[in-house]
Amino acid sequence: MAEEDTKEDFLVPDGETEQPSADGGAALNIPMVEEGSTLIRRMEICVAEAEKRSGKNAVNMQETFSVYLIETRPMDAVAEGRNLAPDSLWRRYSEFELLRNYLIVTYPYIVVPPLPEKRAEFVWHKLSADNMDPDFVERRRVGLENFLLRVASHPVLSNDKIFYHFLTEEHDWKEVVYETGFQAKADSRLRALSATFRVRNPDKRFMEMKHYSDELQSHTSQLLRARARVADRLYGVYKVHGNYGRVFSEWSAIEKEMGDGLQSAGHHMDAYAASIDDILEEEEHYADQIKEYLFYAEALRAVCRKHELTQFELEMASQDLISKKQQREELATGIVRTFSFKGMTNKLFGQEAPEQRESRLKLLEEMIAEGEETVKEKTVECEEHVERAWVDMQRFREQKDKDLREALINYAVMQISMCKKGIQVWSNAKECFLKM
Amino acid sequence: MSGQTVPADFTEHMLDLDEDEDLEVFSKNTSLADESPMPNSPSSMVNQYRLEEDEEEQQQDASAKDIFITVDNPESHVTAIETFILYRVVTKTTRSEFDSSEYEVRRRYQDFLWLRGRLEENHPTLIVPPLPEKFVMKGMVERFNDDFIETRRKALHRFLNKISEHPILSFSQHFKVFLTAQELSSHKKQGPGFLSRMGETVKAMANSVRGVRTRPEEFTQMQEYTEDFSNKICSVDKVTQRIIKEQREYLDELRQYTPTYTQWAESEEDLAEPLKGVASCVERCSKETEEHIHHLSEVLLPALHEYVLCAETVKAVMRRRDNIQADYEAKNEALASRKVDQEALQEEVDGLADRVEQANNALKGDWSRWQDNMRTDLKSAFICTAEKNVEYYEKCLAVWESFLLSQRPEPEEQRDMEDAA
Repeated sequence: MAEEDTKEDFLVPDGETEQPSADGGAALNIPMVEEGSTLIRRMEICVAEAEKRSGKNAVNMQETFSVYLIETRPMDAVAEGRNLAPDSLWRRYSEFELLRNYLIVTYPYIVVPPLPEKRAEFVWHKLSADNMDPDFVERRRVGLENFLLRVASHPVLSNDKIFYHFLTEEHDWKEVVYETGFQAKADSRLRALSATFRVRNPDKRFMEMKHYSDELQSHTSQLLRARARVADRLYGVYKVHGNYGRVFSEWSAIEKEMGDGLQSAGHHMDAYAASIDDILEEEEHYADQIKEYLFYAEALRAVCRKHELTQFELEMASQDLISKKQQREELATGIVRTFSFKGMTNKLFGQEAPEQRESRLKLLEEMIAEGEETVKEKTVECEEHVERAWVDMQRFREQKDKDLREALINYAVMQISMCKKGIQVWSNAKECFLKM
Repeated sequence: MSGQTVPADFTEHMLDLDEDEDLEVFSKNTSLADESPMPNSPSSMVNQYRLEEDEEEQQQDASAKDIFITVDNPESHVTAIETFILYRVVTKTTRSEFDSSEYEVRRRYQDFLWLRGRLEENHPTLIVPPLPEKFVMKGMVERFNDDFIETRRKALHRFLNKISEHPILSFSQHFKVFLTAQELSSHKKQGPGFLSRMGETVKAMANSVRGVRTRPEEFTQMQEYTEDFSNKICSVDKVTQRIIKEQREYLDELRQYTPTYTQWAESEEDLAEPLKGVASCVERCSKETEEHIHHLSEVLLPALHEYVLCAETVKAVMRRRDNIQADYEAKNEALASRKVDQEALQEEVDGLADRVEQANNALKGDWSRWQDNMRTDLKSAFICTAEKNVEYYEKCLAVWESFLLSQRPEPEEQRDMEDAA
């Protein structure tokens, strides 16, 4: 895997992030191209469509699921303006999951981009929690594309062959992934990460980062929950105004002078009530941006936990080496410094025969040699992890600050748009009332 | 459903007149009694009046207005038996019928009820302005807290002013007494009081069962319109109440939303500033929402509610007119069949015929006046509400735009971004 020059200042494309322009409107879909030799520079990637399929699952039962069309085109073709048809293949959500699991296991020092949520959470009442709901499927499509773009623009992950094949080889990709043997690593990783163990000297920075990841997770989920409740209430406010529309219309029928004004005002009330649907649908994009970082927090935490694990293993190996060396010393000098069963039996039943002592000493020497190798390996593993993870965590932090700041700006843009619509509708209504 | 309906069982209603509906163990905060200082002359009151009542309409030309009334200074009054609220009623007038040009009296809700009762009695087919209800509707406002008293005070103020603008009611003797007499109780006991009123209304109930022979078409149309209008205005009132409820719940959620941004900012560095910026925006929008709710419940809803009550009044007026006609028709029939006492009966019938004509004319005149008032009042309330909505969105817009402005990159930053792209 090529090592990227981490000092370069690159920008990560955000998929569907809207750029605020001077007048508060939004430009669509301009993924920013960054420097360096990441895949995104060489290849245009998008998740173009979503479709429903049915088929038999592992237990031979009929099921319906969504598939997503991944389209790729070489970037130079695009740049030259050649109208090349893109290569494409279909993938299920579960295949995306498999890819991500592979990446997490293979690059434990990288904060791996998250997938969009499997099931709709933080819903407010209008959005169905149904995975087949077209709006949900669409937002998932966008999220999956965002995932691919993030991986493709990552200095380390973008060079992964399995990832490349995911984008280009429809068949047998799964087999290739399993052949890497990552599944075994995945299982042990899962076990290790969920275990509780005490680390003596963790890197302080990683502990702080872990603490931060917890905070990030907690704050983003609180924000999402509160936002969903606000959206629900706002929906209620707008929709109730639709009743004005109905009543004004009925009332206008019995009035002479006021009739026209009431009737047309009623129409504006209907428009007002209807406008909330689009407003809240757009706001879902903002929620998705926050959600991405809610899930990112977990990935960040995993990197910190991996550090704890490697540090722990190093400490255990060092500890083991020390005790083995002590045993050797005792055996060699006959001085018992620490309690051992052998030592006790020696005292009780007399010392063992010199040949036995020799063979035990030899065994110990072997174990010590192994132990020293292990400690060396573990030390390297630990140091490498710390070094590489720290680099990626810095990269992640910069990306996060930038992305979330943009998300907040987008949110403001949405609010402004909503206010402008409100001003328009009520100004129109006022004109109608004036005619009453 | 709200509205002042004439209940089937009367006795409770009658006894209520003695019972105090202002009864409340409640210590008034006298600092509430700080209405703007009274100007000295009726003409200087023109602008004062306009400022105080933002959308109150002025039916007559301001310069032609010769009587100005304010209701203010609600104060708790404690006696051995009860506690109730007394309102100060100040009248300034240039009318010759009044001995003085300025009067100040204290009145309680019961007194207002009395006045209205007398006006209705003397002018059965005039549309007397409604009074605020005795008891509050559930879900609106707690009984006898500051908001309730203030809402009631405003409605009482409106009530008296509407009467003062009425070409006929304004010159009622009872009205004059109400405005001027220091002690109202002595006047309350004089004249046809309970009994005749009881007789009248009981008869009204009895007669309302009996149909009218030939109701003139225009009154039938009026009645149909009144029924329809009553339904519609009640719906509008209900919808408005619902909107206020939804807005309040929205405001509650907004208030919980703000801290999610501030709390998050605490664990961030570079991101803290924009997060706090958004928190501040949401907070300011919450304040605007609060103000908007205040307008809806203090201005729009009372205006609508007044006409909910009015509609009931008009329905009652229609019934009374019908009864007057029915009375006449009954006696007229009797006249046709009887042989004895024809002269006496004839006189009575003639009297009743006159009464019918009087009643019809009074109603016809008042009807168009009422319609105009209704149109003006409601139109102005809706316009004002639309304006408030526009204002609300404009203020929120400004808040978010200033946040965007604060997030605009510095010139050097802008250049770096452009270079990198």
